[in-house]
Amino acid sequence: MQQENKIYSINGPVVTIQGKTDLSMLEMVYVGAQKLVGEVISLDTQKTTIQVYEETAGLAPDEPVEGTGSQLCALLGPGILTNIFDGIERPLPALQEQSGAFIGKGLSVSSLDTEKLWDVSICVKAGDSLTGGEVYASTQETPVVTHKIMLSPLLSGTIVEVKPDGAYHVNDTVAVLEDKTGKRHNLTLCQRWPIRIPRPVKKRLPASRPLITGQRVIDTLFPVAKGGAAAIPGGFGTGKTMTQHQLAKWCDADIIVYVGCGERGNEMTQALQEFSELIDPRTGKSLMERTVLIANTSNMPVAAREASIYTGITLAEYYRDMGYHTAIMADSTSRWAEALREISGRLEEMPADEGFPAYLPSRLSEFYERAGYMQVLSHAEGSVTIIGAVSPQGSDFSEPVTQNTKRFTRCFWALDKALAYARHYPAINWTNSYSEYLGELEQWYHDEVGADFMRCREELSSILYEESSLMEIVKLIGADVLPDDQKLTIEIARVIRVGFLQQNAFHPDDTYVPPEKQLKMMRVILHLYHKCQQIVQLQVPIARLLETGLFDKLTKIKYDVPNSNLALLDDYITEIDNVLGSYLRK
Amino acid sequence: MITEHRGLRELNGSLVILEGVQHPLNEELVHLKLDDGTERTGRIVAIEGDKVALQVFEGTRGLSMVNTRTVLTGRPMEIPLSPELLGRVFDGLGRPIDGLGDIYPEEMGNVNGQPMNPVSRVYPRDIIKTGISSIDCLTTLIRGQKLPIFSGSGMKHNELAVQIVRQASIADSDDFAIVFAAMGVKNDVADYFRQSFEAAGVMDRVVMFLNVSNDPIIERIITPRCALTAAEYLAFKLNKHILVILTDMTSYCEALREFSSSKGEIPGRKGFPGYLYSDLATIYERAGIINTAKGSVTQIPILTMPNDDITHPIPDLTGYITEGQIVLDRGLDTTGVYPPVNVLSSLSRLMKDGIGEGFTRKDHSALANQLFALYAKVQDAKALASVIGEDELSASDKRIMAFGKAFDEEFLGQGNANRSIEETLDLGWKLLRMIPRNELDRVDDAILDEFYEQ
Repeated sequence: MQQENKIYSINGPVVTIQGKTDLSMLEMVYVGAQKLVGEVISLDTQKTTIQVYEETAGLAPDEPVEGTGSQLCALLGPGILTNIFDGIERPLPALQEQSGAFIGKGLSVSSLDTEKLWDVSICVKAGDSLTGGEVYASTQETPVVTHKIMLSPLLSGTIVEVKPDGAYHVNDTVAVLEDKTGKRHNLTLCQRWPIRIPRPVKKRLPASRPLITGQRVIDTLFPVAKGGAAAIPGGFGTGKTMTQHQLAKWCDADIIVYVGCGERGNEMTQALQEFSELIDPRTGKSLMERTVLIANTSNMPVAAREASIYTGITLAEYYRDMGYHTAIMADSTSRWAEALREISGRLEEMPADEGFPAYLPSRLSEFYERAGYMQVLSHAEGSVTIIGAVSPQGSDFSEPVTQNTKRFTRCFWALDKALAYARHYPAINWTNSYSEYLGELEQWYHDEVGADFMRCREELSSILYEESSLMEIVKLIGADVLPDDQKLTIEIARVIRVGFLQQNAFHPDDTYVPPEKQLKMMRVILHLYHKCQQIVQLQVPIARLLETGLFDKLTKIKYDVPNSNLALLDDYITEIDNVLGSYLRK
Repeated sequence: MITEHRGLRELNGSLVILEGVQHPLNEELVHLKLDDGTERTGRIVAIEGDKVALQVFEGTRGLSMVNTRTVLTGRPMEIPLSPELLGRVFDGLGRPIDGLGDIYPEEMGNVNGQPMNPVSRVYPRDIIKTGISSIDCLTTLIRGQKLPIFSGSGMKHNELAVQIVRQASIADSDDFAIVFAAMGVKNDVADYFRQSFEAAGVMDRVVMFLNVSNDPIIERIITPRCALTAAEYLAFKLNKHILVILTDMTSYCEALREFSSSKGEIPGRKGFPGYLYSDLATIYERAGIINTAKGSVTQIPILTMPNDDITHPIPDLTGYITEGQIVLDRGLDTTGVYPPVNVLSSLSRLMKDGIGEGFTRKDHSALANQLFALYAKVQDAKALASVIGEDELSASDKRIMAFGKAFDEEFLGQGNANRSIEETLDLGWKLLRMIPRNELDRVDDAILDEFYEQ
């Protein structure tokens, strides 16, 4: 018998039902007469607690709570890409049609466009046996992405009926599968998957290929592997969002999931516009064709913010299962952690560090562990790379979210306020940041970019390290008293900082720099360094070397050499030899 | 459904608990009628069965368990909206206090508003010229932006806000209006704003919501929401460009803290509730432009940083939500530089898309970057000079110091002058010419040829 569940108490986004109920843990429910979407988060014999994903103003006790019998699921199928969703996968353009420029309550829309016809080609025939995750059809979702339609990982059996190739809606049946028990399942173009459960894979593979981002400080100094996880912590105004946008635009993943979690509305509008206008250099099509945005801005309900991270990672895993390399940018995980804290506070749970719940580290690790380079169920290889922004309170990296994130990510790009104040972007601090993937990626750089890449990189970073200790002295007594060889280190480090690490996102060539150019730039800078070292040993004053103008010229390579003509960089080597040759011969 | 209850069950700070309530709605508005004939307003904040917790805006002084009748209105907290709002003065709950009678509403607006759909937003791009060099050149204000002023007690944030209103060239057009919300500021400050608006001749285009420092504290939680509801109506129904000034957000946050602790909630940093970020976001995110109306809402919230500490939760969380910040500097203020803008920690996130060719001038972005980079070096040189003495500095550091001095005096310290964008940018180049060309590493050669070599 269907038992009637009624609201007993309301406190912010948390609603309880008194007594025993037939609802199950994490079940999705509709709350109240307006049918607000909610999720069961705790159950005992006294009461059932539900978090509501929409604004609860106007809700009254005794209004009904309706179970749906299933967990909060994402609907997965063609039509995800190019779209923009809220935290529980409701498409925002459809919400706009229903309620105008402001988001109303209790709106019900399908996650995927059910009216649209997709040109489907079916790649199985009757009698084929199929296991979970295998592909039975495909359609061209966008001009650059072929959407492979896979059997739900939970099903397996024999195909007993197949429709011909043609145009179908997402909910149309294209094939029928009979499982071991003889039960028949209609296979459509879409499937559902609970967002809090990682999608299964065959096995985890070592992450040995870098995610090339075209950002010099990342690719060269602190690379992240495909299937890795990286954190970008930084106070406000240090350029977290800017860095995330740059990565989403230029990284060489096949699919980008961009989650704006508790951030600014205008930033999502900007992302939507910019990504639509920008052309992907690899495909020649708009960047939006490979992107899906999830926008749960800071003023949208806090519980849906908590869910948005899981919705995002589920979409990313779904495309990974097709054999794509996906990257998910989560901006910002601190807002997600705060949503956890807020709901935990309403549940009157015992707080741990700074009011965050004691399960914060386990939730963070669950999330970051969903990254990985995998062999998926259909035997292809795919990866999910997670890049999470962290917004530490008061720019203090010792706060719990930053500290716990550090434990579960192997790449740490620390943004620095002093660099941002001097408008040095990306403001990634080269002494506090690290990447643990260097060892795994060494081989790839050796084979694909150049045998000397890692050597150049190490020399570059040791110069920077040396400079930072010299600067301690300079701050106390000024640069004039340093011996010339140390002055040279400072000068060359300036070239590295300004000419190499600093990168202009608004410059057409400098916004994305291929690894080959990065290596050549390093070679030129180091060539100058080595030559000057020899000359300085011959007692030539450093001021004479600076007068040659070579140092200033090298800081502008990034603007002067277009990405399409890297041969120009060899001319710099010749020029250095010509100009400095006279000093050496003397 | 209107129901009435006699008596209360419990009183605690500004919270009142009622029992045996029939059909309460979450966040519903209630009236509390005292036996002495006065009336107070409250809002339901939590419900448990037939028990409800009410937040009483005017405070609970004088309430007893028996002398109060509570009327549930069945409606959320709303304010009347009509074009007549312009030129009027309201209290912190949106009730007229200028003696001109009630507003005849064309519609009622729920003060909580609704979140804007990100796909309905229009990305802000139009610059608001403020005539202030440090803002126009380095932290450009854009129509539809939320750009707070981070100040400290005793600094000239009010003067700066008034100067922005007076000089903002949008003030010339008819479709411009100001919504002013005072939260816990002194009566003098509210008067200063009123007089300044009158002196600027814009008072008939101002809507004021006043909750001054001796008004009920809990009322402050509603004041900015009333103001923004009025602003949204004027902007998105009447297609006006609205500048909203919210002062002082620090008092607002303290009211929220007081209310939270009386509810017995678990405190976060410095005793502020864990949801301070989400709560502030529901205020600040109500700035913007939407694609169904011609108007816009631009916010300039003012907050005084307790002890001038920018890492205090209030400025910290504000900075994470707003699109930049204008930070005032105590050192500049005491040396008589006005406006005392600390340009290094100030930032406008929307600036990059609102400046440059077609908007201001093509050299704007490069010039701003170069000024920032040099001014950052000024700080290093100053630090060095304080150790080894100014005389011992190298020639290039001395040049940098001279640049810094000129920058503070000429560029920042403009006083009440109203400078055009061209004047500001040319002044910037004039200062850059104090530095040899090869040290300008943020500007490319074409721009240098055109603007540096004059």
